[in-house]
Amino acid sequence: MIRLRDAVRMLAGTRWSDRRGDADHGGVNRNAASGFRVHLYGDRALLVEVADLPAVAAVRTALERSPLPGQRDLVPAARTVLVVLDRAPSDLDVATLRRLVPQAPASGTAAATVELPVVFDGVDLAEVAELTGRSVRAVVAELTTVELTVAFGGFAPGFGYLSGLPDDLHLPRRATPRTRVPAGSVALAGPFAGVYPQASPGGWQLVGRTEAVLFDADRDPPALLSPGTSVRFRDVG
Amino acid sequence: MLTVLAAGPLTTVQDLGRSGFAAIGVPRSGAADAASAGLANRLVGNDPAAAVLEGTAGGLRVRAERTVLVAVTGAPAPVTVDGRAAPFDAPLTLAPGAVLALGVPPVGLRTYLAVRGGIDVPPVLGSRSTDTLSGLGPAPLAPGDRLPVGVLHGEEPFVDVAPVRPLSSGPVLRVLPGPRREWLDPEAWTALTTQEWTVTADSNRVGLRLAGPQLTRARQDELPSEGLVPGALQVPPDGAPVLFLADHPVTGGYPVLAVVTTADLPAAAQLRPGDSLSFRSLP
Repeated sequence: MIRLRDAVRMLAGTRWSDRRGDADHGGVNRNAASGFRVHLYGDRALLVEVADLPAVAAVRTALERSPLPGQRDLVPAARTVLVVLDRAPSDLDVATLRRLVPQAPASGTAAATVELPVVFDGVDLAEVAELTGRSVRAVVAELTTVELTVAFGGFAPGFGYLSGLPDDLHLPRRATPRTRVPAGSVALAGPFAGVYPQASPGGWQLVGRTEAVLFDADRDPPALLSPGTSVRFRDVG
Repeated sequence: MLTVLAAGPLTTVQDLGRSGFAAIGVPRSGAADAASAGLANRLVGNDPAAAVLEGTAGGLRVRAERTVLVAVTGAPAPVTVDGRAAPFDAPLTLAPGAVLALGVPPVGLRTYLAVRGGIDVPPVLGSRSTDTLSGLGPAPLAPGDRLPVGVLHGEEPFVDVAPVRPLSSGPVLRVLPGPRREWLDPEAWTALTTQEWTVTADSNRVGLRLAGPQLTRARQDELPSEGLVPGALQVPPDGAPVLFLADHPVTGGYPVLAVVTTADLPAAAQLRPGDSLSFRSLP
């Protein structure tokens, strides 16, 4: 993937920006233009920062198909893909990730639609209504009409970050996270909605709860929600 | 087979943890002090991936139901076999019916018991680890539990005792800059690496909540949630940092100021509430 000459320059400490004008790297500049920033993250991981959710999916796909040597896991998120290694990252890894060619995720598998029955009685619902300057009723109406999509997983097994909330429901997290949020809690934070698959600590605003089983390690697949799944909330409260 | 007679405050089964399921939010988990767990496995000739028992603050008592080779490592809990003192950091043969008990360690928190052949409970998503955050893996041990032990053929290791550096209740942990250092005031890094910190009671296998100087943020906007690693030192808006351990969530939404080196994670995992610690910047 990386030419020896590039590797030697990289190990010699030549910065990426110094190489941009090099005619030999025309095929590479395209990737530089896509703006991958790579952060060192301790001595076993690198964090790739990208522009948006489609880029996250494309970087994840590329690294699933061509893993780095010793790649132990990938953690896709909102603007980043964390690459966890079983060894210390090298300058060569950083270079490889900077010039990674994004790949479109496999399509063809029809994205499932999941309808979640929700009782909207969350402890933060009144505060959420206040923050948005609307009635509780209006907030619930909005949450039950919007079509959400699982952008990525994370936080806990079976937890999906659901994108597609209207702007007025983009809310800050709580200043101090709760040490225990009950299983099935439906919650909002930033541009995302989510459902806590089991009791865990959490800093999101709690608006309701569902009885749906989000995750079962003995089920195949274990997670009800995986990236690409469409989700609707149905008010059963 | 081992029978659990007492489990102390918390005893769990642990191995190297789960890999490859992060995209659906499955954390790694695994032994909090991986170095001690690894040593225990080596002392009985196990594969590094064999599952061991991780006791917390002593109190574990188990009875061997057949002849087994075991080793105890980590926080130096006094070890007895049928009431008689037994060696630490060393292989030890238990006869059928023998009862091994761990006292309360004078320093450190987590003590490991490896059994030759490994604790052979059914794996969940490729690991036998109990993940206290997600609930995956076997439940924490309770009196009366019967734990299957694998069978390992071949030569037993020939070791008297492993030399191990004593634990400190005020260790210096080496840190590397985290990916979001610039989200904190420039003074935050200085405060982190020059001041003393205390482990608060609100600490567990997920992470250590630390008390110390207030760390203030340079940016008040929301950080999009992103992946976490063990050793990540995250700063919530209240300014009290959390140092993540083995059962950390897969992602988090607060900036990570620093990351403790992998080599110093075992020392972090041995800290108990009230212990002090400090951080030293790696050049």
